[in-house]
Amino acid sequence: MSTTNSVQKNITMPQLAESLVSATISKWLKRPGDTVDLYEPICEVITDKVNAEIPSTEEGVMGELLADEGQEIAVGEIICRIVTEGEASEEASAPAPSAPAAQSPAVRPASPTGASAAPQAASGGEAGGMRARYSPAVQALAAQHGLDPAVIPGSGMGGRVTRKDVLRHLEHGGASQAAASAAPTAPSAPQPAAASFAAPQPAAASFAAPQPPMFASSSLSSQNEVRHSGLHLSENPKLPKIEIEEGGRGANETYIDITPIRNTIASRMRQSVTEIPHGWMMIEVDMTNLVKLRNKHKDEFKRNEGVNLTYPAFVIKAVVNAIKDYPIMNSVWAVDKIIVKRDINISLAVGTEDSVLTPVIKKADQKNIAGLAMEIDDLARRTRERTLKIDDMQGGTFTVNNTGSFGSILSQPIINYPQAAQLTFESIVKRPVVINDMVGVRSMANFCLSLDHRILDGLICGRFLQRVKENLESYSPDTKLY
Amino acid sequence: MPMMEYIAAIRLAMKEEMENDPSVFILGEDVGVKGGVFTTTKGLQEQFGEDRVIDTPLAESAIAGVAIGAAMVGMKPIAEMQYSDFMLPATNQIISEAAKIRYRSNNDWDCPIVVRAPIGGGIFGGLYHSQCPESIFFGTPGLKIIAPYSAYDAKGLLKAAIRDPDPVLFFENKKCYKLIKEDVPDDDYIVPIGKANLLREGDDITVISYSLPLHFAMQAAEELEQEGITSHILDLRTIQPLDREAIIEAVRRTGKVLIVHEDNKTGGVGAEVAAIIAEECLYDLDAPIRRLCGPDTPAMPINPPQEKFFMLSKDKLLTAMRELALY
Repeated sequence: MSTTNSVQKNITMPQLAESLVSATISKWLKRPGDTVDLYEPICEVITDKVNAEIPSTEEGVMGELLADEGQEIAVGEIICRIVTEGEASEEASAPAPSAPAAQSPAVRPASPTGASAAPQAASGGEAGGMRARYSPAVQALAAQHGLDPAVIPGSGMGGRVTRKDVLRHLEHGGASQAAASAAPTAPSAPQPAAASFAAPQPAAASFAAPQPPMFASSSLSSQNEVRHSGLHLSENPKLPKIEIEEGGRGANETYIDITPIRNTIASRMRQSVTEIPHGWMMIEVDMTNLVKLRNKHKDEFKRNEGVNLTYPAFVIKAVVNAIKDYPIMNSVWAVDKIIVKRDINISLAVGTEDSVLTPVIKKADQKNIAGLAMEIDDLARRTRERTLKIDDMQGGTFTVNNTGSFGSILSQPIINYPQAAQLTFESIVKRPVVINDMVGVRSMANFCLSLDHRILDGLICGRFLQRVKENLESYSPDTKLY
Repeated sequence: MPMMEYIAAIRLAMKEEMENDPSVFILGEDVGVKGGVFTTTKGLQEQFGEDRVIDTPLAESAIAGVAIGAAMVGMKPIAEMQYSDFMLPATNQIISEAAKIRYRSNNDWDCPIVVRAPIGGGIFGGLYHSQCPESIFFGTPGLKIIAPYSAYDAKGLLKAAIRDPDPVLFFENKKCYKLIKEDVPDDDYIVPIGKANLLREGDDITVISYSLPLHFAMQAAEELEQEGITSHILDLRTIQPLDREAIIEAVRRTGKVLIVHEDNKTGGVGAEVAAIIAEECLYDLDAPIRRLCGPDTPAMPINPPQEKFFMLSKDKLLTAMRELALY
């Protein structure tokens, strides 16, 4: 086994979005020793916005995990190491020094360089080309104390023996051990040192006593080793896990830790309510024709497309067309100006058991009803599965909230900051309605609009809602989905 | 002990020296009526009059030349360069005259001038208000060069510079002016020229620097301590003459050295420090000597992203220090 070929690659926390400075590891998907393909997800992270998977930037075998689940890691910090070219995987992945010792003998006879595994294992599985390169300081110290640096576990880059490693070794009485091992009378002791250095040595010599030095150096390392990489100089404090604690004291109270997403919801809601002067309006829409249209197509659509043809698709189409007529609805308050967004990106409020997220339908104005239905299905499914990406959450310009899905007939939404307005689509209920002085049973639904009163006033919003209403009521059984 | 800004400590040093010694006077652009563009000399003309706090024309070579001439007849001038960027018209006076007077006159004459000049960027100053010209003067025998990082050192070193019989370039960091605020004693103390100062003791890495980046180094060291990495931080304080003993001692402590300065890397102070280490400490080194410096670009850009890229920061120090510790 040629451990020299394998390289440990550090995997760092990527910058998932411009504004993110850290993310919390929620779950490791790969364990030490697992094979990792390029771009294969290695862990799940929670940011203050979404859950995301971190793809591997290397191909190889998972080495150390340097972050615990539940731990918040700053962008750019190392989260784990991946051993590329696989060969040294057994050592790298094995946390206990005894594991490589147990595995190595089986592999060793295959190669005369196998004995070099002994100091490798001693260094805690650190592999790399720096193992046998000694700095002037290390050489000077080693010479001064009659040490062979090859027997000292290396904690530096690529398994390098650092000056501090030598000093630590000396402190732990390594000098006497090394002196003993340097004595040529002891047949087994010099083995790891000699074998790792002298490549042209006959194979037989390195096989002479494979076991004792292996264990000797392994146990040595477990005693002396304070760390097996520089980052493990001290333990990172563990962050509290996200879990529900039963309140032990009064037993009347339950404490729920705030998740990053809950925290974001809380601060965004507070920011919206405090910064935006909310106005509110409601309009009633006759959905009868739309109900007929949907009923006509829904079974066939499900058969053809595999997704449900839901009302929000029609509603969003109607809203988007109304925004095209009143582009000011699609804007942001910027203190000294109002920024009107050209792209109409609809944020869709999707509730889960413990949060509400607003994934975005990008460029909704360029999609037809069928396309919207499919995208809504996709976003809603991925929200529930918690597989939304940061990109799915960004760029929304107007929010539509299907509050009717949980039976509401009237609601007063808090605007999705920094957008200008949010529209809710309430339950469709059959009601007696007077049309042309006759009473008929119609499918009615309320639409409620919260508006940023700095940007929008009643008149423009009234017109906008009227246009939404017209668009919805002008659906007919002949309306094309595609 | 009063809390004092770095800039106020410099002002106080000049005030005290002018009160103690009537031969001390200040000259420079806008130092009098305006009190300096940064307010460094504010109130001094009111206290000492127009003859001792002199507003000069916009001619740096004249400011330096007049100062040298006054020094020849026994005065102790403090010449202010408004920005070190504007100092270059005075280089001939400083390098060819001030630095050489003692040598040229076979020790008959000396030239006790102080040239104060604000260095450094990070203040959206752009090309002509952000430079670090240490390397232009560094390596000119006959000059002493000081670059304090703290308010305490700024006062003590400036007083030492004013009393020093030879020409001293006093590079004060303009980003530090208001940023740094700390206890500065009212009493008449001196920080000796030519002595480096150990700011922090540690066993894993040695950081050698001067001026503003030391603050970043100290902050980074604080964070690295949480990771179990301890840093040994040496403030050069005087960059000419370098305190060789202190450098060697600091290197021997850890064997891993990072040299940091905002002036660009090539031909900077760090190059000389690295050469000293290579000459004296080869067998103490546990890692290659590293330098973290401003990039070798002609100037600091004014747009914020590029300025940020150019400037050193705590994060840059943190990365470099951690890398070296892990080596």
